[in-house]
Amino acid sequence: MAGHPGVRGLVIKEGLLWERSRKGRIGVSLPEQDVPRAELADELVGEKPALPELSEVDVIRHYTRLSTWNFGVDTGTYPLGSCTMKYNPKINEHLAGLPGFANLHPMTPESHAQGALKLMYELERDLLEITKLHAVSLQPAAGAQGELTGMLMIHAYHAHKGRQRGKVIMPSTAHGTNPASAALCGYAPVPVRISPDGIITPEAIREVMDEDTAGIMITNPNTLGIFESNIAEITKIIHEKGGLVYGDGANLNALMGYADIEKMGIDVLHVNVHKTLSTPHGGGGPGAGPVVVRDILEPFLPIPRIVKEGDRYKLVSDAPLSIGRLHSFYGNFATLARALAYTRTLGKRLKDVTELAVLNANYVKARLKGVYNLPFPQPSMHECVFNDAIQHKGGVTTLDIAKRLIDLGYHPPTVYFPLVVDGALMIEPTESESKADLDGFVEAMIAIAEEAVTDPGAVKDAPRNTRVSRPDEVRAARHLILRGEIPG
Amino acid sequence: MKSLEELDIRGDLVYTQTHEWTRRTGDTAQVGVDDYAQSALGDIVYVELPSVGATVNAGAAFGSLESTKAVSDLYSSVTGKVVAVNETLSDSPELVNTSPYEDGWVIEVEMANPKELDALMKSDDYLSFVKTLAPIE
Amino acid sequence: MRYLSHTPDDIKEMLEAVGVKSVEELFSSIPAGVRRDSEIDIEPRSEWRLSRDFEEMAGGLTAAGPAVSFAGAGSYSHCVPAHIPYLASRSEFLTSYTPYQPEISQGTLQAIFEFQTMTAGLLGMEIANASMYDGASSLAEAVLMAIRTKKKPKVAVSRLNHPHYLQVLKTYLRPTAFEVVELEALPDGRTDYGATPDDVSALVVQSPNFLGCIEDLASAAETAHSKGALLVTSFTEAMAWGLLKNPGGQGADIVSGEGKSFGIPHSFGGPGVGMLACKKDFVRTIPGRLVGETIDKNGERSFVLTLAAREQHIRREKAVSNICTNSGHNALIAAIYMSTAGKEGLREIAQQNHDRAVYLKNGLEEAGFRPLFDSPFFNEFAMTAPAGFEKRHEALLARGFLAGLKLDLFPEYNDPRYKDAYLFCATEAHTRGVLDEFFAILKEVA
Repeated sequence: MAGHPGVRGLVIKEGLLWERSRKGRIGVSLPEQDVPRAELADELVGEKPALPELSEVDVIRHYTRLSTWNFGVDTGTYPLGSCTMKYNPKINEHLAGLPGFANLHPMTPESHAQGALKLMYELERDLLEITKLHAVSLQPAAGAQGELTGMLMIHAYHAHKGRQRGKVIMPSTAHGTNPASAALCGYAPVPVRISPDGIITPEAIREVMDEDTAGIMITNPNTLGIFESNIAEITKIIHEKGGLVYGDGANLNALMGYADIEKMGIDVLHVNVHKTLSTPHGGGGPGAGPVVVRDILEPFLPIPRIVKEGDRYKLVSDAPLSIGRLHSFYGNFATLARALAYTRTLGKRLKDVTELAVLNANYVKARLKGVYNLPFPQPSMHECVFNDAIQHKGGVTTLDIAKRLIDLGYHPPTVYFPLVVDGALMIEPTESESKADLDGFVEAMIAIAEEAVTDPGAVKDAPRNTRVSRPDEVRAARHLILRGEIPG
Repeated sequence: MKSLEELDIRGDLVYTQTHEWTRRTGDTAQVGVDDYAQSALGDIVYVELPSVGATVNAGAAFGSLESTKAVSDLYSSVTGKVVAVNETLSDSPELVNTSPYEDGWVIEVEMANPKELDALMKSDDYLSFVKTLAPIE
Repeated sequence: MRYLSHTPDDIKEMLEAVGVKSVEELFSSIPAGVRRDSEIDIEPRSEWRLSRDFEEMAGGLTAAGPAVSFAGAGSYSHCVPAHIPYLASRSEFLTSYTPYQPEISQGTLQAIFEFQTMTAGLLGMEIANASMYDGASSLAEAVLMAIRTKKKPKVAVSRLNHPHYLQVLKTYLRPTAFEVVELEALPDGRTDYGATPDDVSALVVQSPNFLGCIEDLASAAETAHSKGALLVTSFTEAMAWGLLKNPGGQGADIVSGEGKSFGIPHSFGGPGVGMLACKKDFVRTIPGRLVGETIDKNGERSFVLTLAAREQHIRREKAVSNICTNSGHNALIAAIYMSTAGKEGLREIAQQNHDRAVYLKNGLEEAGFRPLFDSPFFNEFAMTAPAGFEKRHEALLARGFLAGLKLDLFPEYNDPRYKDAYLFCATEAHTRGVLDEFFAILKEVA
């Protein structure tokens, strides 16, 4: 398979960190001991911590080698559906790490933290402008905590109205974390069928919505990448029965500049800043999951809130209906700073971001249609979902296709999600990919489809260019090894 | 996933729609998961077991099976008290895959009402039922 | 726009391939009734103007914090070796997602496995997860874990946990029927475990506690276990475990806390890194990601995410938590810090924290401050200030010193017992020169 970016390179072996450990090594520069030693009572003092003994050079070599075994957005095309792996601008890293922010203690008196409070206030304004909702809290530390925050607010709203409800409507095309977030609030999920077009219909909602249902958790565009075009009618039905609408903002990047979230009838929406607003995912966080709400939910927002009085900013906790605090302090400030750097760089051109994200997804979809099966051919937005129905006949599965893509130099799409599609391959190129990169990805996908016919064994044997291949997950789960042994 | 022809459905057992088998010895019922379920779930990595002495109810969940990609509840076929659980599954959950009807049994229940067994499917009925499920490729 | 590479020709060709005439046509499924009627009203900025805006917010006399701070209370000032941010900024770590494809994520996976190992070792526990958001949510999840395990209706919680952590715990428990029983402080600044009720799932204790005192975790464990409950411990200062007996060794069942002290800057309070560790019996109830060791098809040692069946995307509403993204990159930083400091370095740094805190405390006593308690502390302690100190505190701030945190900043401590009390913290980052300068200026602003 010539022409694809994936080729073999020199891979350097590296053992576990502590295999480099030698008694007596130290990797840190110790401050001068310029005050008298103060001994704690023996009964309070423990053994020396069970950590390895390494030089600074050991540490550098170890982590540098580990890093070379990873694939990031900076490495190449990363079309992981629903995760929005767009480019993470470097200026954002620099600005979030300015010493005035990095060294700012969270309990610094407000008089000396005006700049940081201003930054948060400004980001709040931008999120309101992007969504057209009414009020916001930046506190949730990730999308899933934003979801929990939204559901806690809905729970608090119903409690305040005097009658708690027991259920929440959960379409199968909603985001994966939704049922667990609802369950933390004691709400039982109520499934709702989706139409053959892959969307929810008002009729289906009417069948399940009642006065014991707290509301609905809805992702729009849904996880098939399809816009829920009945959204206004659906949310109207929910509201008429006294319910509220939780909008999962995981796919907000498909709507910027086009949709008005308030007009959609959404009462609370969370925003994944690492998806829509370009903060790096870091291999698993930290993220930030601000929640944006309609006016009726404002009294329930987490505390403290940021308020501007004249030209001064302050933190206010006087909110008797608030659900309370969600974070050790005010949220993941440094992550939020990156998000503000992004909204202020793009500004009104966030609409271009949305347009190109949708164009890229539709381009990939158009070019792969027929090569791979498209279970829902309806117009889609920022992502598209294929499956392995064609290749499966020859014994090649979604997993094999994903692994072969790795060999060819691409990060695979999201696989086996959403669950409504068997063997799903969920592709979200994002706006960051150039046409040339998309063409390369498409050609790799086509080459794999051909290989699935001519040489299925080669696809099933993939990946071959990586340091390890198909680690045994069953063995990992049956014989749990969750830590190593650091030599004493 | 096995094809219908490959499925091993035993004639001496009775079955639930949730794919548990039951073997009767006097007033004791031994319960496990059948070949269809183990094959559909794939490699079982963990079996969540009840304690001996716990009460189980016909049709109610009493434990679960985990593969690396899915979790499936285990439903009791009968009502009664758990008198034995298959402790070897704690270390060797793969027995559910390799020997679903013998070494991979899950619990033994002292039945409160052995007549409940009459409501379960015989192997022929069960095979007809399995044929109505999503086609196996 | 420099982040978008499409030329007009590219767009034209792509539209043709899709079979539409314009980009707008791709949005035809959005009905008119839910469309916005205005442009996004945010002005785009050049990199240079953006930088000026941010530098202004980060700098300036009233914007940036004081030069020397004796504030702790959940966020501690420590020295960060230069190579740590340098290594962590490698984009292979920074710009990757959760390691769903193990073949191209072994770097992240092995680093997390090593983080789990060092965290568990540091805390004296059998296993640790891949991290939580922060110390507060880690504590809330630890308590939920204990409730799932013990299924009793109450939890007994020391009032001397960080007040923000207690607030977060209450937020998480709000929709449930579980009751939080608060245990009072004894006159020595430690928790009155004796008041623990019988029907609790957990006894929850922070050590060193919010007022800096080192709790007697062994006797807390004895109390908890005698009532059939679990001992859940919390910490805000991970550095303490370089010197103190670890919680696992004293009988803790679940340990939660904040690992921000290991190489992560204040950043106005976040992000940090939640640590969560437990005995291995609870492995199926621990929330968050876990990395396990295995072998690949060629027998090579490899690492994968494991026990995913506990998690939200598989078990859905029965999942042990909804957490997915955690603090992975900060866990990496903490792991690099722990490996850099190592066994000997962490002990010495921790000892220096205690040395400097004692030096600061002695200096404050000479300046007329009185300790609130005589219980042992690590690097943080509470003092009652001499009359009129509040004004001097402001004057000191103007001179660049944040001279401790007045306890009544936290409404929970708005109590006559704590009148005029301040929380002080010193770490290895406070040199003798800085401390002596502070004592001198303290006299000047009298």
